[in-house]
Amino acid sequence: MAQDKEKEIKPEEKNEPAPKTAIKRRTLIKALAGIPVLGLFTYELAAKKGYDLEKKNRVLKDLGLQNIEAPVILPSSGAKGNLLRIGLIGFGARAVVHANGLGYIHPNDVEKRKKSGTLEDWLAQEDLNVAITGICDVFDLHAENGLATARNPVRAGGAKTPDIPVKRYRTYQEMLDDKNIDAVMIATPDHHHAPISAAASRAGKHVYCEKSIALNEEELNDAYVAVKNSGIVFQLGHQIPQSVIFKQTKDIIKKDILGKITLVETTTNRNSADGAWIRHLDANGNPKPGDEKSIDWPQWLGSTPVVPFSTNRYYNWQKFFAYETGLIGQLFTHEFDAVNQLLRIGIPKAVVSSGGIYYWKDDRDMPDTLHCVFEYPDRDMTLLYSATLANSRSRGRVFMGRDASMELGSFISITADAESIKYKKQIEAGLIDLSGPMVSFNPTSGKIDAVSSATEKYYAERGLTTTTINGSELDVTYLHIKEWIDCIRNGGTPSANMERAFEEGIACLMAHRSYLEHRRIEWDPVNKKIV
Amino acid sequence: MKETKTFTTPQLTTLVVLRFLIGWHLLYEGFSKVLIPNWSSFGFFQESKWIFAGFAKFVLAHDNALSVVDFLNTWGLIAIGLGLIFGLFTKMASISGALLLLLYYLNNPPFIGLEYSVPTEGNYLVVSKTLIESVALVVLAVFPTGSIFGLDMFIERYKNLKNNRKE
Repeated sequence: MAQDKEKEIKPEEKNEPAPKTAIKRRTLIKALAGIPVLGLFTYELAAKKGYDLEKKNRVLKDLGLQNIEAPVILPSSGAKGNLLRIGLIGFGARAVVHANGLGYIHPNDVEKRKKSGTLEDWLAQEDLNVAITGICDVFDLHAENGLATARNPVRAGGAKTPDIPVKRYRTYQEMLDDKNIDAVMIATPDHHHAPISAAASRAGKHVYCEKSIALNEEELNDAYVAVKNSGIVFQLGHQIPQSVIFKQTKDIIKKDILGKITLVETTTNRNSADGAWIRHLDANGNPKPGDEKSIDWPQWLGSTPVVPFSTNRYYNWQKFFAYETGLIGQLFTHEFDAVNQLLRIGIPKAVVSSGGIYYWKDDRDMPDTLHCVFEYPDRDMTLLYSATLANSRSRGRVFMGRDASMELGSFISITADAESIKYKKQIEAGLIDLSGPMVSFNPTSGKIDAVSSATEKYYAERGLTTTTINGSELDVTYLHIKEWIDCIRNGGTPSANMERAFEEGIACLMAHRSYLEHRRIEWDPVNKKIV
Repeated sequence: MKETKTFTTPQLTTLVVLRFLIGWHLLYEGFSKVLIPNWSSFGFFQESKWIFAGFAKFVLAHDNALSVVDFLNTWGLIAIGLGLIFGLFTKMASISGALLLLLYYLNNPPFIGLEYSVPTEGNYLVVSKTLIESVALVVLAVFPTGSIFGLDMFIERYKNLKNNRKE
């Protein structure tokens, strides 16, 4: 094109009369006026891109984070190992998640998942080569649901439902006596957790137990000894640290990005009747099913004080200290495990709790506002738990270091501290912007969903986002169960093992006793006793 | 080539400079969306108020619609920006640009009573910079300069040639 134009100009240069088709040089230059503008634009664009890239790489390099990658999920041990026969003790809401993690689903839930668009992801879940061969529940309706789930031919990972009869056991002792059960998953109300875990260990069954582990020191010690002496694989139900985010966080902690951490703040922020464990009515306000005929009430009560049957106690047991330590057992356990998995804090030296029933003034024992302070003088650190059931303002889970704070939720967001010495240079050079996070990881970035978007974009624009993490749609409970099963087959110790469970159990019991006794509770590490 | 007679040099200069500036702005808006990984207009539509709120809701509810809108928006901006800088199809580029900016404006008009969660970078009442830029593009469409300072000159010459041959 350009050469043609030059040819056309020639007649004018020779001072010959220009033919009508020719263009004057001046006119041509004017017509091409956009080219230098675009040239300048391209130069500026390249410079800007280079600047942004250098800024991002420099900070990531300074922090040693440029090589953070998504962890690899190893293939399941199921393909090579023998079929594992599992008994489910308690088949309420939580056990449904367990069954899904094992690759089983109730026929009614197939339709529900189709509607919510989660069926495909679930069907893609890898087969763990397990059979649910036993169901034990004191409530006929729940037991029936469990049997229907175990017999359903629809399976995840393209697995076939094993041709083994599924048995309903009337008591957990009956199930533990059966030689045809290899492992049990306990999802009963909490007052049964420790006794069943201990009995199952003694019967040689591997145990996956929901939190919280125990309601008093005696049963915690008993379960600890039973598990330790049995050689079985024990896993406590803390699925949260299986999230990809936690593996990234471990690296961040190891690389000392935050500086010396002296305070960790964990919170619970709920503001609904359901969130306050008022759950005995259905969506239409009618009582949920269950009566003394269909529920074996004496077995449900176990060794707790005898009280008349009520759907309030059956469905809202979390409110009563006879069956649970309230917020501490229900929610703080998860927080403790999250922090303990990352920082290995262990048992605190002392705990102080304070709180009360300020809003949900029903028949509950559980405080709806609670604060617990866990002291770790050896670690120069305090762990704080602050919970409310009457306000849902999100306060997150924050690790506070000398040089930066890290908020850890479904994403990681690290913000430099204005007074940081470590990052002083970068802050002064404008490489680290204090108005937003300096590093953020979001495993779901790139996926458009209601949670991310506006705020996420806001963070992404102000901070630095690495996209090396591939969005993993795997359910964390599945991963937690998989870890347990892989350890059963291949040996090894799962992350939420009995040592971690014991540390957590003691920390929680100390906090609970402090609330009940209105005093500072200490741990005697020599005699291994709460004093 | 008629315009040459109607514009004085200062008029022509300011019109062309205005064209370059708006072209530059829209071109970079387009490129920045290409360069930000996973950019999406999700947040923009979430903030949508007034008469386009219904349309925004539809786009947000349909992942496919959102990706189509994102694609058209990004490459539309780049095409309009290049058109304005090169002076190619100047009238069409000016009018499409004006309409696109008007669409942005109508999605987030600074009217009394409409509250937005993301703060604006200036203070606006009814009139915003987006609206002004949109009207400025209308001015460029009414006073096109592409056939003097731009590739439109070739198009015009080609048209004239064709007409002359017919005659």
